[in-house]
Amino acid sequence: MYTCSDLKKGLKLMIDGDPHVIVQYDFTKPGKGQALYKCKLRNMITGSLFDRTYRSGESFEPASLEERDMQYLYQDENGYVFMDKKNYEQITLDEATLGDDKYFLIDNMDVSILMHGDRGIGISLPNFVTLRVTQADPWVKGDTAAGNNKPATVETGYTLQVPSFVEEGILIQIDTRTGEYSTRVKE
Amino acid sequence: MEPNWQLSRKRQTLEARARIIHQIRAFFMARNFLEVETPLRVPANAPELYIDAVASEDWFLQTSPELCMKRLLAAGYERIYQISHCWRAGERGNRHLPEYTMLEWYCGHCDYHSLMDDCEVLISGIVQSDSLIWQNQTIDLTTPWPRISVAQALDRHAPLSMEQALEQGLFDEMIALHVEPNLPKDRPLFLCEYPREHAALARLKPGNSKVAERFELYLGGMELANAFSELTDVQEQRARFAADESARRLAGKPPYPSPEPFLNELATMPPSAGIALGVDRLVMLLCDLNDIAATVCFAPEQL
Repeated sequence: MYTCSDLKKGLKLMIDGDPHVIVQYDFTKPGKGQALYKCKLRNMITGSLFDRTYRSGESFEPASLEERDMQYLYQDENGYVFMDKKNYEQITLDEATLGDDKYFLIDNMDVSILMHGDRGIGISLPNFVTLRVTQADPWVKGDTAAGNNKPATVETGYTLQVPSFVEEGILIQIDTRTGEYSTRVKE
Repeated sequence: MEPNWQLSRKRQTLEARARIIHQIRAFFMARNFLEVETPLRVPANAPELYIDAVASEDWFLQTSPELCMKRLLAAGYERIYQISHCWRAGERGNRHLPEYTMLEWYCGHCDYHSLMDDCEVLISGIVQSDSLIWQNQTIDLTTPWPRISVAQALDRHAPLSMEQALEQGLFDEMIALHVEPNLPKDRPLFLCEYPREHAALARLKPGNSKVAERFELYLGGMELANAFSELTDVQEQRARFAADESARRLAGKPPYPSPEPFLNELATMPPSAGIALGVDRLVMLLCDLNDIAATVCFAPEQL
């Protein structure tokens, strides 16, 4: 069982018999008052979104979902297409189901698909993905301060803050849990 | 291997943080407040139902320097301040770190109104402008800052009145889910006169014992400071600690020892006012940051 201190974005819980994922999480504690754990949850079966606030002391049943190892193939008008590498069976996940995870998919990438019966209802990404920078301001000569940052866009359309020395065309590693820049990758 | 960019990118904020702490010290030195350093590791904190201490062998890390500072007040140190680390178990969010930096100051023969004046002068002085912008919200700092009572705030923003919220055990929910998100954000705000059930270590208001002389300061809807006219009645203080302690046990929490030296010396404490202000949150406001982890070198997950 999970307790309130386990709650965080991305955690999957069983609520009223359905698996749910926390899509937004906020810890709040009004002055001297009790801790409140504000969650926005998405029902992974129906897709419905709702807010729920928990108090300390509550416990939660983890959602144990069957996972299938699959490969990401491509995006078409219905969504994102994955293939089971053992039996070549294909499934499609729509954009709403993937959420921000869609930004971390690259062709032929191995991922775990979370299953509900024979339906894919979510994805389990590796902690780090390597993506190519497609747009970033050039590195200004003389800007040697290690802490400076600027926005950059990667091949999936995702925009994030990167160090000033990151230039167009290079590969960077992104932490999929936080969505933040991790390091440069040498080719 | 490249340098840890998540750390090196904090330079501007860490420089601003150092300047802010310097300005805080200058403010209190100019007003003849004595800077004190009380032990961070103590045998007993003030027992509070919703604050869990971090144990250190058979003692605790401080949840606040409040009790030691009040012992100093009781011994005649009537204008004191301290900037110190405090620890509160399990508190982690965009505005909470389990180890954080607190500014506390105490003034003998003052009450909570004088602390509101101090807040206005201290923060306006650090900002050095009559407004600041935090998360795209302009906050007009022209003094005096609005002051409203908790009862008024519930009437304006919550579905329950203060009495109803207390009766139904939903006071914290009303504050956190209805009042805080709907407080005006274009002005600082003093939320005053908490119900006696939420008085903590504040004295009750003379002439209206249903409320305590306690306030919280909000900027941009974020709680920044908590203050009281201090309770100096020893019997009342003992009774409140005993009530908090039994509520802790009922909630299945570990018992805390009673802070006896504080209770013994409280009898000689003059009528006083004291306040605790979150320094990390002040840095969030002044550096336009939405995440408290960005204000410190290392959040716990980065260690």
